[in-house]
Amino acid sequence: MLTLHRLSLKKPTVLIRLLKAMIWFGASLPILRLVILGVTENLGANPIEFIERSTGTWALVFLLLSLIITPLRHLTGQPWLIAVRRLLGLWMFAYACLHLTSYVWLDYQFDWPDIAKDIFKHPYVLVGASAFLLTLPLAATSNEKAIRMLRQRWKSLHMLVYLIGVLALLHYWWLVKKDVTEPVIYSIVFAMLMFARWRPGINKASS
Amino acid sequence: MLLDNNRRNPSGILPSEITPQEMFEQRRQLLKVAGVAAMSVLFPTHLQAAQTLDFQKTAYGKEEKLTSFEDVTGYNNYYEFGTGKEDPARESTLFKPSPWAIKIEGAVKQAKTISLEQLMKLAPLEERIYRMRCVEAWSMVIPWLGLPLKALIDWAQPTGNAKYIEFVSYNDPRHMPGARIPVLDWPYIEGLRMDEAMQPLTILAVGLYGKVLPNQNGAPVRLVVPWKYGFKGAKAISTIRFVEHMPNTTWMKASPREYGFYANVNPSVDHPRWTQSSEKRIGAGLFAGRIKTRMFNGYDEVGQLYAGMDLKKYF
Repeated sequence: MLTLHRLSLKKPTVLIRLLKAMIWFGASLPILRLVILGVTENLGANPIEFIERSTGTWALVFLLLSLIITPLRHLTGQPWLIAVRRLLGLWMFAYACLHLTSYVWLDYQFDWPDIAKDIFKHPYVLVGASAFLLTLPLAATSNEKAIRMLRQRWKSLHMLVYLIGVLALLHYWWLVKKDVTEPVIYSIVFAMLMFARWRPGINKASS
Repeated sequence: MLLDNNRRNPSGILPSEITPQEMFEQRRQLLKVAGVAAMSVLFPTHLQAAQTLDFQKTAYGKEEKLTSFEDVTGYNNYYEFGTGKEDPARESTLFKPSPWAIKIEGAVKQAKTISLEQLMKLAPLEERIYRMRCVEAWSMVIPWLGLPLKALIDWAQPTGNAKYIEFVSYNDPRHMPGARIPVLDWPYIEGLRMDEAMQPLTILAVGLYGKVLPNQNGAPVRLVVPWKYGFKGAKAISTIRFVEHMPNTTWMKASPREYGFYANVNPSVDHPRWTQSSEKRIGAGLFAGRIKTRMFNGYDEVGQLYAGMDLKKYF
């Protein structure tokens, strides 16, 4: 099975390009939507919260999308899919940056003492901030050069994405007041994606 | 030729293509009529809620900038109609707040019932412009119409055993889709200490912005206690019970660590989730930032009710 995969590794370049273009297009739509809603004053009564929620949710969605690639690759026997995983991960980082920016700028107007208090007093903010910090080394090493330089360590470093996922979900759970429906749904998806990675016997051989 | 044309008419539009003003305005009028018609089909209560009330103006909150009617009636926490902020406006259209009566029971001379009409005659309706601070660190300024709760208490004639008042909200899963889901322990229960209830700031609101209270804001009658977090304001009150012991309120039951009985607005007692030292004013815009939250939401006159109490312990 495995050797078969290896043998069929021929990059369908056109398909990859098309898929990447689609990801760029699709991933920028939520930003475009926020801009249009913002300019037309349609972000609702609490526009800052709207932007914080939207960018946070999309960061989580792109994190989950990037986690789909590996199981999908094994399932379909299309190893070239790996080529879009980095792009999805970088879009997660882009939305996480927008999320953080809306928090420190729109929500707190760069009031650093208040931001520091908020982070250290409220566990959900602390967890969110930690998740963001952990994305920094991943974003910084998401290029060919870093992959070549770090080799095997690159893979271990990027395992951090699982921890980021757990922290992001915790951030969401703790932020919700009472109705946990949405965090539950995202957690189930995350759990399923983690389960899909678990392949007894061969999980060491490839990843 | 193209160049030539552009020089005379830079937009390149022929005069014959421009819609005459009358026709343009007619179209706008038509669109407006169509819009109103669509609105009345989609939101029938918008028309019912248009019923105006007679009231006296008061000096409360004269200096405040009001939160828009759209935001006051479109951004609500009212879990009986759903947990989303836009849910109550959308999901409360089937709810019928009239006829209405409130049961008065517990430590009173005699248990009895008061109709909404009777209640509204107990005292002249007043406009009270109050700041409303939600525990979620946002706030509004709302022109309520109502009467002092004290007027009802006097009418109810509580006995010496009445130390607290318990407010029970209406619970009707058939017309309240949120009440079918056990997010909270229904019915919604709130409570006040007797002296808090008698405080002149405490009102029973039956309207806002000069009109009958919209369903999503707690029609037909709700509690408003402006120096406490918004969740203390029980909506659609169906029973008022005078009791000897501190009521166990809904949010206390849901999370005693997060929500206390007093729930006084207090910038120095932080919530595990939200900063309570500052707040976002709804409608202030994207770049307005936060404003500092004031002790007792700026209603300093209530401070004497809590003299000698450790408000960090009794939050």
